[in-house]
Amino acid sequence: MEPQVMSGLTMAIGGLGPAIAIGLIVSKAMEAIGRNPEAVSKIQTNMILGVAFAEAIAIYSLVVALILKFV
Amino acid sequence: MAMALILVVGLIIKFRSQIVPLPLQNLVETFVENGYQFIESILDDRLTPKVFPIAISLFIFIALGNLGGLLPGVGSIMIDTLSHGGQKELPLFRALTADLNLTFALAIIAIAVNQYFTIKLIGWKKYLHKYFNFSSPINFFVGVLEIISELSKILSFSFRLFGNIFAGEVLLTVMYYLIPLGVPIPFLIMEIFVGLIQAFVFALLFVVFIKVATTEE
Repeated sequence: MEPQVMSGLTMAIGGLGPAIAIGLIVSKAMEAIGRNPEAVSKIQTNMILGVAFAEAIAIYSLVVALILKFV
Repeated sequence: MAMALILVVGLIIKFRSQIVPLPLQNLVETFVENGYQFIESILDDRLTPKVFPIAISLFIFIALGNLGGLLPGVGSIMIDTLSHGGQKELPLFRALTADLNLTFALAIIAIAVNQYFTIKLIGWKKYLHKYFNFSSPINFFVGVLEIISELSKILSFSFRLFGNIFAGEVLLTVMYYLIPLGVPIPFLIMEIFVGLIQAFVFALLFVVFIKVATTEE
């Protein structure tokens, strides 16, 4: 197929997993905050950490999509 | 451009600090103290004075580099240069961190500093033992996986930062091209947010990796 279609498809499929992962991470973090409102800043820090890891996977697929589009 | 800004602010702080604080000194002190407490809550007391300067410098440098791409004139003023065998029109200024070379260099520096702190804290023998463990085949394989994990940390650091900022640049370019009036404003706000968050995540991951690597017992 042409690179344009494949780059779009790469990003679309590659963004699916991280989106679900970030949703799960944040939902668990919200539950934990609701259970223990005092520990908000600790939970928030670790949540940002987890979200950064999950988002990195989406960024990998974005880089591949950009490579496909421009090379 | 980011370096010039950091140098200027740093020199002002150093030469004009007084006992009764001026507003700018107050701001910087608040920032530095909060950052120190934050990193102290992750690492223990012994390691924080050494790690804190690097972590906060990384944060400030990356934050300024990310935000520099949003200034007016960056990415839009073009000059004619020779590139790849021909006259091309390229931007005169671009965001500092939208270049994979810079993010890769930062990642290599971060991981190198990580190894340095590990060796300094737990000694040569334990450090080598972590990667080259000949007691059993499984442990040897785990050691090889540790080496691959360090390399993948370099890749993930560099690509996370580069991908976020470069994708933001591309998104903003497309937005400016489609509807230049009013619609790019939410995207600009999002880019400011993303720039700060990515700088924070880089510094935070750097500190957390040091903590994980130096509590290897």
